[in-house]
Amino acid sequence: MHLGPELSPLERQEIEAECAHYPERRAAAIEGLKVVQKHRGWVSDGSLQALAELLQMPVGELEGVATFYNLIFRQPVGRHVILLCDSVCCWIKGRDDLNRRLCQRLGIKPGETSADGQFTLLPTVCLGDCDRAPTLMIDHQQHGNLTPEKIDRLLDQLQAPGGEDG
Amino acid sequence: MPRIRIDGQAYEVKEGLNLLQACLGLGLNLPYFCWHPALGSVGACRQCALLQYRDEEDRQGRLVMGCMTAVADGQILSLKADKARHFRAGVIEALMTNHPHDCPVCEEGGECHLQDMTVMSGHHHRRYRGRKRTFVNQDLGPFINHEMNRCITCYRCLRFYRDYAGGEDLHALASRNHTYFGRASDGPLESEFAGNLVEVCPTGVFTDKPLSQSYTRKWDLQHAPSICVHCSLGCNISPGERYGRLKRVQNRYHHGINGYFLCDRGRFGFGHVNHPERPQQPLVRENGRLRPVAASEGLAELARRLETTERWIGIGSPRATLESNLALRELVGADHFFTGLGSHPNALNRALLELLRLPGVNTPSLREIEACDALLLLGEDITQSAPRMALSVRQAVRGAGRDRAAALNIPPWQAQSVQIAGQNARHPLFISHVTATRLDPIAEATYRASPQEQAALAFAVAHCLCPEAPAPEGLDEQAQSLAEKIAEALLHAKRPLIVTGPSSGALPLVEAAGQVARALLNARPAEACPPALIPVFAECNSLGLTLLTQDAAEADLEQAFALSEHGPVGAIILENDLFRRAPGPLVQGFLERLTQRIVIDSIPSPTLNAADLVLPATSFAESQGTLINNEGRAQPLFPVHALHAERRNSWQWLAAVAGHRALKGFASPADALATCVTAAPELAPLSQALPSAAHPFTRLAVPRMPHRNSGRTAAGANLDVREDQQPQDHDSCLTFSMEGAPAPWLSRQSGIGARLPFSWYPGWNSNQAVHKFKDAVDGPLRGGESGMRLDLVCRDNGWHRPLPVDTEAQGLLAVVQPAIFGGEELSNLAAPVFQRAALPCLRIHPDDAPAWSVADGDRVLVRGASAATELPLRVDPRVARGIALLPPTCPPLGTGPTRVSLRSLGSDPLIATDHPEPTDG
Ligand code: SF4
Ligand code: SF4
Ligand code: FES
Ligand code: FES
Repeated sequence: MHLGPELSPLERQEIEAECAHYPERRAAAIEGLKVVQKHRGWVSDGSLQALAELLQMPVGELEGVATFYNLIFRQPVGRHVILLCDSVCCWIKGRDDLNRRLCQRLGIKPGETSADGQFTLLPTVCLGDCDRAPTLMIDHQQHGNLTPEKIDRLLDQLQAPGGEDG
Repeated sequence: MPRIRIDGQAYEVKEGLNLLQACLGLGLNLPYFCWHPALGSVGACRQCALLQYRDEEDRQGRLVMGCMTAVADGQILSLKADKARHFRAGVIEALMTNHPHDCPVCEEGGECHLQDMTVMSGHHHRRYRGRKRTFVNQDLGPFINHEMNRCITCYRCLRFYRDYAGGEDLHALASRNHTYFGRASDGPLESEFAGNLVEVCPTGVFTDKPLSQSYTRKWDLQHAPSICVHCSLGCNISPGERYGRLKRVQNRYHHGINGYFLCDRGRFGFGHVNHPERPQQPLVRENGRLRPVAASEGLAELARRLETTERWIGIGSPRATLESNLALRELVGADHFFTGLGSHPNALNRALLELLRLPGVNTPSLREIEACDALLLLGEDITQSAPRMALSVRQAVRGAGRDRAAALNIPPWQAQSVQIAGQNARHPLFISHVTATRLDPIAEATYRASPQEQAALAFAVAHCLCPEAPAPEGLDEQAQSLAEKIAEALLHAKRPLIVTGPSSGALPLVEAAGQVARALLNARPAEACPPALIPVFAECNSLGLTLLTQDAAEADLEQAFALSEHGPVGAIILENDLFRRAPGPLVQGFLERLTQRIVIDSIPSPTLNAADLVLPATSFAESQGTLINNEGRAQPLFPVHALHAERRNSWQWLAAVAGHRALKGFASPADALATCVTAAPELAPLSQALPSAAHPFTRLAVPRMPHRNSGRTAAGANLDVREDQQPQDHDSCLTFSMEGAPAPWLSRQSGIGARLPFSWYPGWNSNQAVHKFKDAVDGPLRGGESGMRLDLVCRDNGWHRPLPVDTEAQGLLAVVQPAIFGGEELSNLAAPVFQRAALPCLRIHPDDAPAWSVADGDRVLVRGASAATELPLRVDPRVARGIALLPPTCPPLGTGPTRVSLRSLGSDPLIATDHPEPTDG
């Protein structure tokens, strides 16, 4: 089987491990996309093609899977992805203010990535954390009961030198 | 039969249907989008809602989806209840929020199912004021436009393209309001059946690109019930004309043949009709030049030449109608009539005809093929040579899934459940061919070998089934075990099928196909369903021509060539380019020896260029006549538009000659047909098509134009402000007019189904109106289908003895690989089809390259017994060893099975850079 040059041996290994769970290779499509995104932050056209070949499925079919899920990124994203809830509880509790503050601080609109490549801001549906509304998620970490001031502090921490892991 | 009540009216309906099928079958207007008669129900659009009541007391009722609810005895239903009507209108309103409302510039307008359903549902006031999403469209190649903004997400396109037709390059991308139906990137849709999306999509997302380049609305097109002439299957088509130009071809329902779908060659291959170099009027050679003359003068020339030359040869054609071939035979005498094919293709055609005669063996229609459960394709790549049959074979293979679902009591129309229950279950399909085919991915096993080896495989299958059938010699172990596996599958199948054809050029292979069927018949219990065997032929009337000439002592082109060597003789060449039939030098010599060369044809060709007199023939779109398809079904062609003054049906030119050569029995199309009836005993059933029987009504004729046809009186106003009389049609039950029998009246007449020029019914402007002309949505047209099966005489020629495979032969065996695009004479003149053609090249197996010192990407001189040609070479591991696989456009290099030698002429600049190879197989 010809492998696209884009996938690393480690990625391939992880994807093969997923394939082993299913009678059909293409059943590992979602997990495969997650593996690629874990290693690269997003899924490029080249990676998509290489993954499709590895899973022996038409690239368009894999694209259908990739684009169905809003958390598989088909465009480059910043180092930190901020998912700001826009569902009803958070909206009532002032998510629009948080949104405004985020946009202001980062100089971007929702759906965009800051010029320094550090932050991407995306709206998302309910994060299942409504009792702590308004909420957002940064890099798989949830934050609740937010105010614009807390947003400032969060961003300060992330922007501080060596603060990436905060 | 379940009894149900709809809006107070009691009905009896067929068991096993869903409510939508039942309602449409009863003639009730229940709107729908995602359901399709051939694709089943998925309940995606919620358009087909109706109200179901628990019992007599229930005043509330509950909404059910018609397409997802099985009929059951005692159901009480309402289509008209306010709740149901409002729901349906609401669904459309929601679907339309993102629709651009661009009907005036949409090619679908006027035949749009979305328009029809919107009007039917009563949603006529737009309230949505928000933003609409907009998409970037894709270039999907020369056949189809893409305008995604019009999509209503019914998923029909995907279900047809991927599930039904096996396409792999159309997908649903993204989700919700952003769901996008397209390819991963721009590029031609790969499926040979992509053109059906034009009709399958209920909106204007996928539309006919060649039509839109010279656009006319359906209501301004003139149509006729016609037959596709691009292969031997005889799919029923509805061509549309305006201003003397053929604008498009749409599907015309035939229950047994094409059903709802055509192939893309048939849909987009009509360009020869409008070809600029088509002979428009008679041409007479003077001082070496062809001079156009009036029809009357052309006719006088014909008569004069017939008077002055004593001996005549008539050369017929497998793409000319029965009437035209017969008229020529009558004119020159049966002894001097030749098929226009070499001895080898003639022998193949006769052998294929013998297959149809095998006693006890069933000749299946395409619909019957779909129900077969073990299939053997022998030496014929049907996707390329009889494309619509490949679509039926795909349905047969998918049948295993349908069977699994049926065993679980899942109704066949529950498309999603059937698919889940079936998973990837497939009925066994075995493909034996000289190279890879498009059906290989769904095959149980493939065998790639020379035609002789394939014949040996088939003989071995027959021997496995029935020891009386002589076994072939020298089959290797692998082939032997494959033969056993195939025999096993065919033996135990409910409905086994064998398909073969002429493409491999090997007589033994055709005979071996018959042998398998015969052995199968012997091996299976008497009460089992008889085995099915279906040949495909090379051209639309190959079988008709073979039936006319099967008993002739001399009918081969070589014999015509020989005749021309003995004394002066003239020839009338009918709709045939001899340079496609025999090696160039032989044809050249023949044409030079003739004292007179009269060519009657509708397309330009090198043969036509050599003529002394050219008589312009009608294309299929202006012809009236009969074609006989691969099953032995005779079908009538009717002219779409009135004859161009200077053109005639070929037989009409010949019939117009007076004097001692005057033809009797060709005074009119009906007269010509009556003459055909008596031409051969097996043609007798054609008498059913004679006017008295076929015109069940005399009061009103069938209009060729929809009743809104506009501007008729203004057409031609730039030339003369006068209202021309419409052309008259005295030869059929059709009129060149929008006046005539109204559709609802027609829909109730028996015998009319086969004569419908287009589908239209009040409220149903798209092709989906066809169910109004049926008694049941899954049944045949009311009052019968086009054409009739001939009663072929049964004949059993006993067992064939396999010939030993010739291993000593020198050179590579030339095999011409057919191609759906770029392989057939007429559709090659259609620009969009030509654009889809692959670069013609020679293919050989890598093991064969060293012996000839040739390499991939070389330009190669291919030399046969009588002619040579130059081609780029592809070294391709998918090709069987010992084979030179030639492109379909390659001129004949010899007569009969030909061995060729190769010589490299250095590397080919074109192939080396521009055309990367596919990597599959
Ligand atoms: S493109 Fe046409 S067929 Fe496909 S989902 Fe949209 S409306 Fe339906
Ligand atoms: S399968 Fe043959 S007859 Fe049918 S549409 Fe295609 S070319 Fe025409
Ligand atoms: S609404 Fe925001 S977390 Fe549920
Ligand atoms: S036709 Fe019944 S839900 Fe679409």
